[in-house]
Amino acid sequence: MRITMTVDGTKYTDDVEPRMLLVHYLRERLGKTGTVVGCDTSNCGACTVHLDGHSVKSCSVLAVQADGCEVTTIEGLARDGRLHPVQQAFHDNHALQCGFCTPGMIMQAVDLLADNPDPDEQAVRQGLEGNLCRCTGYQNIVRAVRDAAQKMSPGAGPEAEQVADETAEATKLSRAEVQS
Amino acid sequence: MIPAAFDYQAPTTLDDAVRILADAGEDAKVIAGGQSLLPVLRMRLAAPTVLIDLSRCAELRGVREDGGSLVIGAMTTHYDVQGDHLVREHAALLAMATDTVADPQVRHRGTFGGSLAHADPAGDLLAPALALDCEFVVAGMDGRRTVAANEFFVDYFTTAMAWNEILCEVRVPKYTGWLAHYEKFNRVAQAWSIVGVAAALRVDGSRIAEARVGLTNMASVPVRARGVEDALVGEEATPESIRAAAEHAAEGTSPTADGDGDAEYRTQLAKVLTGRAVTAAMTA
Repeated sequence: MRITMTVDGTKYTDDVEPRMLLVHYLRERLGKTGTVVGCDTSNCGACTVHLDGHSVKSCSVLAVQADGCEVTTIEGLARDGRLHPVQQAFHDNHALQCGFCTPGMIMQAVDLLADNPDPDEQAVRQGLEGNLCRCTGYQNIVRAVRDAAQKMSPGAGPEAEQVADETAEATKLSRAEVQS
Repeated sequence: MIPAAFDYQAPTTLDDAVRILADAGEDAKVIAGGQSLLPVLRMRLAAPTVLIDLSRCAELRGVREDGGSLVIGAMTTHYDVQGDHLVREHAALLAMATDTVADPQVRHRGTFGGSLAHADPAGDLLAPALALDCEFVVAGMDGRRTVAANEFFVDYFTTAMAWNEILCEVRVPKYTGWLAHYEKFNRVAQAWSIVGVAAALRVDGSRIAEARVGLTNMASVPVRARGVEDALVGEEATPESIRAAAEHAAEGTSPTADGDGDAEYRTQLAKVLTGRAVTAAMTA
């Protein structure tokens, strides 16, 4: 089945089997291995990406269901070589140890801050309830999200990530270029 | 984990979906948000030949008013239900229960109707739907029919819908001004309710005039706690009267035993959580 989706600002068209999960499409077809598979049971949230501006677990979405949609992965957050404020806050606050949950944590934190730009500790913990970390005890993750909230201007978040069509066209890469 | 191969159809109208389902036969499966079904497919607990995706049927999304009722489209996401002012105002119990479903990512994708049609006894929307006497509108080749909540849930993961029917909307009578609370007990890393209690109360002066209480995961289907309701009506909500009413919570239930607890544990939880739910509703 032929699908077309915009991933991190670039439009891709591919033939996929209907049973292919979005996370496998991102990792194995597009090479976007920044999005990881953690539990494979939709429990851990490590594979969280944004689908049309909202966080989803990409192991629980079929690639064909994302046909025509805009996807943002952890690899699409940085701008012009500068980390997204949430990425920078995770770095500054040492909000990771092994780092496996980090892509999902950051993507969910960005989503949380779009809905609630100034969450208290409880709101951060609730907003990240679908993401499991086995190392940190969450303390520094919560600290990082609150730090990022302070540093981000209101309104930044999934909306700020929406890439205008012209930009997407300008950065369009053919599949051959991507794979080479 | 990769699902077994299937054909995929994404109709844009309910009529087309019903027709495709009828043609595809009993081995087809309807997918709504897929937050329960996709894990099941990945673990190969099911292997449908055809997957019929309702997510492109715009007519199945959204909440509207219809006289004394709200009509919630089956494909309305949990996230949209949570944020809907009509639901918050007229069916607060449903909004509160929806707040507790899984986690934010799942609520972005999972749907109101999908969750009800899946009929997992640990699902959080079943008991509120039962307590509020919701009506389920299902569509088949012969048109639409309406099923009352107390007839909709038949058994574990089983509803009164035939294989060739699709849940299209749920009608919720308005409970404007009622006090409500959904209290659940679950493991932190797993949002499924070990037991949940849905309570809605209409208070007149200092006394409880009407009470509706539903229980999650105390049987193969959601259960009305009629004993609690009867004990609360006419009472002032004091700690003593609430505790006395909550003692009736497990009457008529048949809780299962599993890794999360045995039947006796669930019976105790039902009483404790009923007390908490009623207390929280009264102090909201």
